[in-house]
Amino acid sequence: MNDSIAIELRNVVKRFGDVVAVDHVNLQIRDGEFFSLLGPSGCGKTSTLRMIAGFELPTAGSILIHGREMGITPPHLRPVNTVFQSYALFPHMTVAQNIAFGLEMKKTPKAEIAQRVKEALDLVRLSGLEERRPRQLSGGQQQRVALARALVNHPEVLLLDEPLGALDQKLRKEMQLELKSLQARVGITFVFVTHDQEEALTMSDRIAVMNKGKVLQVGTPTEIYERPNCRFVADFIGETNFIDGLVIGRDGNYTVIETPDGLRFRGLATRPLSDGTAVTYSIRPEKVRLLAANGEVPIDGLAGTVLTVNYIGSDTRITVRINDRRTIDVWEQNTRSTLDRDEYWQPGEPAVVVCPPDNALVLSE
Amino acid sequence: MIKTASASTTLARARGAFAEGRLTWSGLALTVFSILIYLFLYAPIVILVIFSFTRDEFGVRWTGFTLDWYIRLFNNPRMMGAAWNTLVVASVSTVVSTIIGTLLAMAMERYRFRGRGAMEGLIYLPIVVPEIVMAVALLAFSAIAFDVIKLVTGETLRRNLATVTIGHIAFSISFVVVVVRTSLKNFDRRLEEAAADLGADSWNIFWRITFPLILPGIIGGALLAFTLSLDDFIISLFLSGPGTSLLPVEVYNRVRRAVTPEINAISTLMLLLSMVLVALSQLLQRRR
Repeated sequence: MNDSIAIELRNVVKRFGDVVAVDHVNLQIRDGEFFSLLGPSGCGKTSTLRMIAGFELPTAGSILIHGREMGITPPHLRPVNTVFQSYALFPHMTVAQNIAFGLEMKKTPKAEIAQRVKEALDLVRLSGLEERRPRQLSGGQQQRVALARALVNHPEVLLLDEPLGALDQKLRKEMQLELKSLQARVGITFVFVTHDQEEALTMSDRIAVMNKGKVLQVGTPTEIYERPNCRFVADFIGETNFIDGLVIGRDGNYTVIETPDGLRFRGLATRPLSDGTAVTYSIRPEKVRLLAANGEVPIDGLAGTVLTVNYIGSDTRITVRINDRRTIDVWEQNTRSTLDRDEYWQPGEPAVVVCPPDNALVLSE
Repeated sequence: MIKTASASTTLARARGAFAEGRLTWSGLALTVFSILIYLFLYAPIVILVIFSFTRDEFGVRWTGFTLDWYIRLFNNPRMMGAAWNTLVVASVSTVVSTIIGTLLAMAMERYRFRGRGAMEGLIYLPIVVPEIVMAVALLAFSAIAFDVIKLVTGETLRRNLATVTIGHIAFSISFVVVVVRTSLKNFDRRLEEAAADLGADSWNIFWRITFPLILPGIIGGALLAFTLSLDDFIISLFLSGPGTSLLPVEVYNRVRRAVTPEINAISTLMLLLSMVLVALSQLLQRRR
């Protein structure tokens, strides 16, 4: 069951006038999956979601929901429900009426509606607020009503368009976890649109990273973070050191690159690259090690000078200057609790940066 | 930083002025001014109402309380007939212009079509066209229309309540469009998407979501149309036929002969009706 496909997009294109909002997108979203569409604003993620919901029709390509071609099926006949960024709760109806709306449209018997509305309210922990109006609720409560209003219909797929965008940071974190556990309980496929990479990493089973209308990479949070397949994905998810250079050869499993200023780095390439290919070497700052200078420079090491040190509590973020034009960021976890200044790096201190090749990627565009 | 500094010095200066009592003069002036404005607005109306109860038969002096003028009014068949005509014309023209105006507003707010710009301009024209011009135009139009009808059907028509009603509809539509469009502009169309998403077809979307939410605007438009029709004089004078005069025209005819407290009484009743209508619409809107 878990292998069946809930939503399939085949070569979906959406043009608005001359603008290509979605450019030949192919996706397979599995049943019961928490799937995120992640990308900067204007990347086409919301357009993609709106096409699945039926608010927009694809210019080309097809969308299948559980194998059924959606074609020009209008939104009210699709087996999906949406949680809108603005919640879009009906202001003239009570919470209970809002939640009952979808069931009434399907001519569900009154007794069953009452029962299911009650269950939905329990599910989102809003029991007792049935008779309130949306404007009498807090942002987080409105969010839950929007969720209940969609889930009460038992949709085959729940679409969520940046539903946490309007909440403050703390509430956002709470709702992330709550949404994730809710999804696990109801077992409905969630398609979640967000521009917040941390949110996508926290909640998703799989993520599709989009930019300029294209899907760049689809993978689990670990795959997306640890093995980005291009510079954009590496840059958009988390932080990283980018070093441009040319491939100059191979060394076992590693690809070796050289920079214009004569530095050499080894890293993993996702595909074989011929010598002379222009590439970007990428290593995340928490994967770089920083050693005290003792006259020796180990393999994959570079001698440098500590330029800045930012203590941010859990981590210390250090920028090391390698030469006039190049710095490398290193994040060290503060694993020891101490006030001793000597335990921390000081600006101006000589140091050696080590970039383990298993932690580094060689990306080609 | 400079901006913040200047803002805080202004504030400090204002506080100083208050402390020294300089600002109270302007406060006093404002109070007096406000009272004068309200007097200017309401004194004539208050006087009108008071003098509808005076015993003085010229209605200009207070010589004691009486309800005679109201009783006489209700026993005056001409006045009562005109009042009845006015209510009929106002009701019919309100219903028709509200329906047409709402549909027009929806079309103009929702769709892009050829000639939309021209339509936009033309729909508001009756608001700015001098009413006398509108009245003459409608009179001329009705004459031509009667001629055509006579030519085609052989039927001879006269100006009657129907012609007045059509005239009132003609100018009311624009006002309804203005009011309803405002509430459509404030209406969040994502609510319609949400309803569609929850399985509502266009019929249900309109009646369950759109209509209830723009209803205050529609009621507002209808109320405006009703009030405009109720106190319209020029078009009513031009378009009503013999024996079908409306209340404002009838009042005018009476005033030309003599101002009596009876006129004050009918005016007071019209005022009361308008106020009840406004209060009703406020109440309806608050219930939402």
